[in-house]
Amino acid sequence: MNVTEHLPILVVIIPLMTAPLCVLLGQPRLVWFAALVSSWLSFAAAILLVMQVTAEGPISYWLGGWEPPWGIEYRIDILAAYVLLIVSAMASLVLVFARKSVPREIDEHRIAYFYTAFMLAFAGLVGIVATGDAFNVFVFLEISSLATYALISMGKDRRALNASFTYLIMGTIGATFILIGIGSLYMMTGTLNMLDLAARLPEVSDTRTVRAGFAFLTVGIGLKLALFPLHLWLPNAYAYAPSMVTAFLAATATKVAVYLLLRTILVIFGIDFSLGLMPLDNLLLMLGLIGVLSASLVAVYQRDIKRLFAYSSVAQIGYMVLGIGVANTTGITAAILHLFNHALMKGALFIALGAVAYRIGSTRLEDFAGLGRKMPWTMAGIVAGGLSLIGIPPTAGFISKWYLVLSTLEQDLWPVALLVLLGSMLAVIYVWKLVEAAYFGKPDEYRHYQEAPISMLAPLWILVIANFYFGIHTGLTVGLATQATSALTGGGG
Amino acid sequence: MMEIPGLFNYWVVVFLMMAGFYVVISRGNLVKKLVGLALFQTSVFIFYISMGKISDGAAPILVEGVTTYSNPLPHVLILTAIVVGVATTAVGLALVIRIYEAYGTVEEDEINEQDLIDDSAADEPVSSLGGEKDK
Amino acid sequence: MNELQLLTWIPLVPLLATIGIVATGKSPNIREAVSITAGLILFWMVASLASIVSWDNTATLVLAEPLPGLSLAFNLEPLGLLFALVASFLWPVTTLYAIGYMRAHHEINQTRFYAAFSVSIAAVMGIALSANMLTLFIFYEILTLSTYPLVTHAGNDKARRAGRVYLGLLMGTSVGLLLLAMIWTWHLTGTLTFTNGGVFDHTISPVILSVLLILYVFGTGKAALMPFHRWLPAAMVAPTPVSALLHAVAVVKAGVFTILKVSVYIFGVDTIAELAVSDMLVMIAALTIVLASAIALYKDNFKARLAYSTVSQLSYITMGAMLGIAAGAIGSGLHIAMHAFGKITLFFCAGAVLVTAHKSNISELNGIGRRMPWTMGAFAIGAVSMIGAPPFAGFISKWYLLSGAFQTEQWIAIGAIVISTLLNAAYFMPIIYAAFFKEEDPQHSHGEHGEAPLPILLALLVTASATWLIFFFPGVPLALVEQMVNG
Repeated sequence: MNVTEHLPILVVIIPLMTAPLCVLLGQPRLVWFAALVSSWLSFAAAILLVMQVTAEGPISYWLGGWEPPWGIEYRIDILAAYVLLIVSAMASLVLVFARKSVPREIDEHRIAYFYTAFMLAFAGLVGIVATGDAFNVFVFLEISSLATYALISMGKDRRALNASFTYLIMGTIGATFILIGIGSLYMMTGTLNMLDLAARLPEVSDTRTVRAGFAFLTVGIGLKLALFPLHLWLPNAYAYAPSMVTAFLAATATKVAVYLLLRTILVIFGIDFSLGLMPLDNLLLMLGLIGVLSASLVAVYQRDIKRLFAYSSVAQIGYMVLGIGVANTTGITAAILHLFNHALMKGALFIALGAVAYRIGSTRLEDFAGLGRKMPWTMAGIVAGGLSLIGIPPTAGFISKWYLVLSTLEQDLWPVALLVLLGSMLAVIYVWKLVEAAYFGKPDEYRHYQEAPISMLAPLWILVIANFYFGIHTGLTVGLATQATSALTGGGG
Repeated sequence: MMEIPGLFNYWVVVFLMMAGFYVVISRGNLVKKLVGLALFQTSVFIFYISMGKISDGAAPILVEGVTTYSNPLPHVLILTAIVVGVATTAVGLALVIRIYEAYGTVEEDEINEQDLIDDSAADEPVSSLGGEKDK
Repeated sequence: MNELQLLTWIPLVPLLATIGIVATGKSPNIREAVSITAGLILFWMVASLASIVSWDNTATLVLAEPLPGLSLAFNLEPLGLLFALVASFLWPVTTLYAIGYMRAHHEINQTRFYAAFSVSIAAVMGIALSANMLTLFIFYEILTLSTYPLVTHAGNDKARRAGRVYLGLLMGTSVGLLLLAMIWTWHLTGTLTFTNGGVFDHTISPVILSVLLILYVFGTGKAALMPFHRWLPAAMVAPTPVSALLHAVAVVKAGVFTILKVSVYIFGVDTIAELAVSDMLVMIAALTIVLASAIALYKDNFKARLAYSTVSQLSYITMGAMLGIAAGAIGSGLHIAMHAFGKITLFFCAGAVLVTAHKSNISELNGIGRRMPWTMGAFAIGAVSMIGAPPFAGFISKWYLLSGAFQTEQWIAIGAIVISTLLNAAYFMPIIYAAFFKEEDPQHSHGEHGEAPLPILLALLVTASATWLIFFFPGVPLALVEQMVNG
């Protein structure tokens, strides 16, 4: 049995099988180790997939040997491989960080279940990306969502419970909308395979059913995406979840939702229908823009830094959606590029915040006073992530901003370009609030300060260096993004 | 005009969906919200199942002489979706129990009130490493 | 070393110096030696580059390609070389000054200071050597960020507030306006490389070009064109070596350098002449010149007066760039060098007075010329250069600027230059008079004191002499600037 043949399913199965393994192992250190190994294996598989797909073209894997469109197909094309890379990389790095962070924040007898849920969430996200069957998407979506609800609820603060519950309600409504959408499509075409749907939909696309299905799908995915105004679950969920969970979710969950949106509107429905016939382009443009500006504005007034960056995430998602809404090649490339870059930025920022929480037990702005001197490497990491967020060269965030503004100029939407840059300036304000507190404030005399442990600094600085590296040598990111865009909009798959 | 009674299954779906959705939004009690959610999900199940029925179709079991069968695939899909729904309800109820333990109530507005008190209490400086004692 | 090697090493030397400075932080003398040595090496390298360059055949060093078709690249260009020469010469001089100043003032965080200084110089070298607008923008932003810790060095509330104005204005203009202009240029022409004659062809409408020019000029916040000038007086809260090198030489010159480069190599001198909006920009620059000089008249704080004088002098350069004629561009280019030497002398003196006599207001300076004759003598030289009288540097550049203004019949420009010369005299001469000819006021005395510490004096004398020498030997700057216009 050739391992490389089965890579598409391995990437999903390895974490999935690790989940019950964690329950069985029970002991916290062992469980952590199993999770770590599993995520690194998954990451290795993702790298191999990227290499394979760039060399040979899209991979089609038939589950159980059943031929699509009757069987379930796992289809890895450039975009899928790219997102798989991001998700598995982030999982691997966050698990290194988790070694010290999780025992501090989660009760010892719950740690095994925590990692079980984490592996399920990870497997679910990877499954959404890898699969080529619409219903399979729903299944994996729910797997990852349920696991995520459990993970968020394990936060220290009791408000995590309510945050998780709200997310459950909204998330389930979203998933159910997606289910309705899939049902409508199935009703009209008789197939669930994404490529088959793409082939059969054009002839029935003028019916109310299909249009209603499209609407349901978009809204459902929008809920998962935290598209304004369906983002209300995100700030609380990110703020109260355990640090490791926030770091992981911020870097992956919404990215996978963007991936799903791209897959739906560009592959299943086709760009002419989604962004031409249906007014989705204007809608996404508007909502994206409002999301960027309103979320950035709210972020400025936050006192808790985790919440501040959660709102910042909503704004960044607004940028991605904006890129899609501009509806030209550059815009979609910008969205796909920002998928990667934002994962790097927010991963770094939330890991750093987790390190701060680990050392001083709080992430409130006033507790950051003087941290610049006491935890220099951690704060430097936050500053670097912040610069990428604002979009200062030579960071990765600058490249995304460049493509985004370029795409708006190409469509003669220069007011939008100005508003995008305004969003950057709002980011300067909230990032600098943090910088000033950390470098100008006086540290608390009674508190014990220490730099973060290596297991936290290492993943943080890997991500920070990646931020700068991918801001200068963009061959991998821009290359894959442009290839993916042309495959999605031109070749169709 | 004669189509409306013929679309009876869809009317049921719409009714259940809206009823469920309304309960989720309007009720403050967390358990009731979950009930509404379940109702909402059930409407989708009926949507799928009813779409599987073909006119004059027999049950989807191979039998000599029968040429038209109802579509079994939606049934399979819905079995999955029902399981998902059960799991969601289970997780939701588990959360409700934990919320009850932590807050002493399952009414949304009372929980929000207590949270507001938490928020303003948290404005005072933290004096120890992670001192909350919940769970 | 050949040209490519020098191009690689020039931005690298200050960066390596930063590492050296941080590593030797515990031993101040070694640390300072690292700074000075790096500065001397840097100047030697830039001078070598100046001597071996052949303008027909310049090399380009491509470092990376962040965006498809757009690279991070360095190459040698006459104006850039002039800027690099000035900055690299003045870095070791300022370090010498800083040694005297920071120690006499018992400043804290000196390692951070010298380290941020050398990073800033690296950024300045990057700006000077940039082959395209993207590279320039990247180093421009790095310069803003690396000078922030220098501006907010004191770490108190006043410094923090000043830092906000500084960062807010500079980053706001660069991200909001300059970046937009850059991306738009890229979208219209597909290139951002600095090219003789500009990158725009005739298919692009004058309206769009006008908007772009406005975006570029106002987007370069470091040029302190009104109304985006407030960061400069705010930055005076920094220690005087910072004000001297960065806000008389490096940061502000990076700003006007950018405007000049954009006008000569992105738009082209002829295109600027054809656009109506450049006349409007001439007027705005003229307004800044006069208004800033007028404000300077009312400022009693020594550094504040010098800051507003800088705002005014910078707009000379902007105005020259907007005249749309070779003489204007030449005058602007020359003024980058001339003003640098004159202004740095003035700031050095202000700092010397601060550190020796503990006085920061002009009204307290009566009779100080008798106690600090060398300092105030150098001040007098610098002031006369600012006013633009021979035999000091400021005269040559003013001559070219006036000539350009006459040739294009921009009477507003001529008027602005004349009026501001008078205003310059009005706010500089009284200082010199009070220093040498008025009696010391016992109320303002902070005790007995003599001349400034030796390192400070040496630095002062070097820059003051340079101001005088350049008048007599303007060969190198003049040749470079003429090459820029003709090349």
